[in-house]
Amino acid sequence: MALYFFTPFIAIILTILGGGIIFYILGFNPIEALKFYFITPISNLYGLSELLLKATPLCLIAIGLSFCFKSNNWNIGAEGQLTFGAIVGGGVALLFYNQEGFYILPLVILAGAIGGMIFALIPAILKTYFNTNEILVSLMLVYVSKLILDYLVVGPWSNPEGFNFPETRQFSDSSRMPLLFEGLRIHAGIFLALAAVMLSWFILYKTYLGFQIKVSGLSLKTAKYAGFKGKTMILVVFMISGACAGLAGVGEITGPIGQLHRMISPDYGFTAIIVAFLGRLNPFGIIFASLVVALTYLGAETAQIFLQIPKYTGQVFQGMILFFLLASDYLLFFKVKILSLKKNELRH
Amino acid sequence: MYKNFFRYLISAIFLLGFSVNSNADFKVGFVYVGPTGDHGWTFQHHEGRNAVEAAGIKTTFVESVPEGADAERVIRQLAQSGHDLIFTTSFGYMDPTNKVAKDFPNVKFEHATGYKREHSNVSTYSARFYEGRTLLGHIAGKMTKTNTIGYIASFPIPEVIRGINAMTLAAQKVNPNIKTKIVWVFTWYDPGKEAEAAQALIDQGADVIMQHTDSTAPVQTAEKAGVWSFGQASDMQRFAPKSILTSIIDDWAPYYVERAIAARDGTWNQQDTWHGLKEGMVAMGPYNSAMGADLVKEVEQLQKDLASGKVHSFTGPIYDQKGNILVAEGKVADDGMLAGMSVYVKGVEGDIPK
Repeated sequence: MALYFFTPFIAIILTILGGGIIFYILGFNPIEALKFYFITPISNLYGLSELLLKATPLCLIAIGLSFCFKSNNWNIGAEGQLTFGAIVGGGVALLFYNQEGFYILPLVILAGAIGGMIFALIPAILKTYFNTNEILVSLMLVYVSKLILDYLVVGPWSNPEGFNFPETRQFSDSSRMPLLFEGLRIHAGIFLALAAVMLSWFILYKTYLGFQIKVSGLSLKTAKYAGFKGKTMILVVFMISGACAGLAGVGEITGPIGQLHRMISPDYGFTAIIVAFLGRLNPFGIIFASLVVALTYLGAETAQIFLQIPKYTGQVFQGMILFFLLASDYLLFFKVKILSLKKNELRH
Repeated sequence: MYKNFFRYLISAIFLLGFSVNSNADFKVGFVYVGPTGDHGWTFQHHEGRNAVEAAGIKTTFVESVPEGADAERVIRQLAQSGHDLIFTTSFGYMDPTNKVAKDFPNVKFEHATGYKREHSNVSTYSARFYEGRTLLGHIAGKMTKTNTIGYIASFPIPEVIRGINAMTLAAQKVNPNIKTKIVWVFTWYDPGKEAEAAQALIDQGADVIMQHTDSTAPVQTAEKAGVWSFGQASDMQRFAPKSILTSIIDDWAPYYVERAIAARDGTWNQQDTWHGLKEGMVAMGPYNSAMGADLVKEVEQLQKDLASGKVHSFTGPIYDQKGNILVAEGKVADDGMLAGMSVYVKGVEGDIPK
C-alpha cells in the first residue's frame, strides 16, 4: 500500500531522468536544462505565484474528477464543463457590468459552479437513463461548449467597442477575484481550490456517500448487493465534478483573464486527468500533482526563453509522467514472468 | 569608513560598467501565437526575427503562447529577464502587453494588429494586407471560369472583412459577374478545418480559392482539385506549384530591424504603423506563368500604382450589399473607415456572422 503512493515519485524521477536524456540528445547540457525547467521558474516570488495560479484550476478540476474516477464514472469532458461554467459565470458578470456590490462576485462564482454542474449532468443523465457511454458523450460535449462560447463572443456578447474582435468587454472590478498580493496574479480562487480539497477529503473518507463511491469503484456488483442507489450516486459524482470544473473556469475568467474570449483554457480539463491519476485520486496527492504538472508548463516557457528549447517539451514531460506512472503501476501490481516455450508445447 | 568608501566606489564602477555595457546586452524578445513551422503567420514573424539576429542583435522567442492567461506571464518573463524590446505578434496579446508595459516603463513593447497603446512604451503595427488582396482580386477576376471565388475567412474582424471587400471590388472591376462565396472557419490555424472549407467551396463551384488563415491546407486542397489558389502570409508556392498564382507575403523583417536598432540607439518612439506595398511590409510572391504574360504585366503595373498611391484599393463608388453608398464616386475610404470596416460590399454572398 505504501508503494501505491510511492510510485508517483518514481514516475516523476524517471520523467526527470528521461527529460535529461532527451535534452542531452537535443544537444543541451542536461543539468542546466533541467535547472531552467524545474528550478528557475519558481526561484522568485512572482514565479511561485504563477505556479499556484496555474495549479489552482488543475487542482480544482482534478478534485472533481477524483469523485467520478473513484466510482468508475469516466468523465473525460471536464474541459467542456469548465467552458460552460465560464460561460454562465461570465454571463452573470456581464449582466452586472459597471455595477458595484459585494454580492456580485459570489453570484458569478455560484453561477459558474452551477453552469459546470448542469453541463456535467447531461452525460450523467444520459448514462443513467439511456445507458449511453459517458466517455463519448462527455468528450463530445467539450466541442459543443466551445462552439457555444465561440458563438457568444463573436455574436451577442462581443464587446461593442471591440471592432468585432471575438471577445467580451472586460469585467468590472466588482466581478473580479481579489488579488492576494500587490503585483502578483495569485488570487482568491486558490481558497476555492483548498476548500474543495478539504471538502472532498471529508466527503470521501468521512461520509456514507464517500463510502458508496469507493465501494462502487471497487466493485459495482457489491454496491448493488449492498443496496446502494447507483443512479443517484452517478448523478451526484458528475454534479460534483462539473461544479469543480465550472469553478475552475470561472476562476480563470474572473482572475487572470478578466473577460470571455475563445482561449480561456489551454486544455486544463484534459491535463487535469493526468493530475488526478498522478495524485492517486487522493485530495492531498492531487495538490502535489497539480503543482508538479503546473511546473511543467512554466518550465517549458523558461527553457524556451533561456535556452531556446522547443516549448512542446512541456507536453512531452506531461506525457512521460503519465507513461511512467502507468508503467510503474503495471510492474507493481503484476508479476513479470519470462516463459519459455518448449518445442512440444507449440503443437497444442 | 574607508572600507565603505571603496565598497561604494567598486559598486559604482560596476554599475557604470553595466550601463555602458547595456548596448552589448541589448536583447529583443518575440512572442508567437503559433509554431514557427506553420509556414504562415508565425513563420513570417520568425523570419523577421532572423533578420534582427542577422543585424547583430540578440533575440529570444517563445512559440505557441496561448492568448489566454499564459500570455501575460510569458511577456512579463521576457521583460524581467532583460529584454529591452518585445514584439507580441498576435491580436490576443493586446491587453496583456499593455498590462506588462505599465510595470516595465523602461522596456519597449510592440504589439501587432492591435489598437490599444495605453502607455508611452507601447507601439502598434500592422500591414495593409488589403492592398495585396486587391491584386489577388484582379487576378482572380481574370482567371475564373465559373465567376465564383471561394474565400476561407477566419474571424469577422475588420481586417478580414477589409480583405474580402478589397478582393471583391478589384475582381468586379475586371469581371462584373463575379460572386464571392465565404466560409467562416473561426480559427487562424487548423489545417483540417481549412482543407474542409476549401473543398466545400470547390464543391460549390469556386475555381479560385483564397484564404485568410495560416496553414498551407487550402492551397494543397486546391492543387489536388485542380483549381487556382493563392498563398497567404508567406510564399507557399512549393506547397502547390501548379495551383498557386501568387502569394501575399508579410515581410516584417525591415520593420523589426529598424525598430530594434532604434530601441538600441535610444531613438525609439511610440507610433502606430500601418505599412503596405509601398514600404514593402506587404510583398507579392512570384506570379505563375499560367496567368499569361499580359495579365502578369497588368498586375505588376497595378502593384506599382498601389505602391505609389496612384490607385487606392477602396475607390468610390462603393456600395454595401443593400445598395447603400459607402464611398462616394471619386473619393477613397480613409484609414478610420478601413480600420472599423464591418459590412460587406455588393457582390459578396451571405451575411457577416453576428
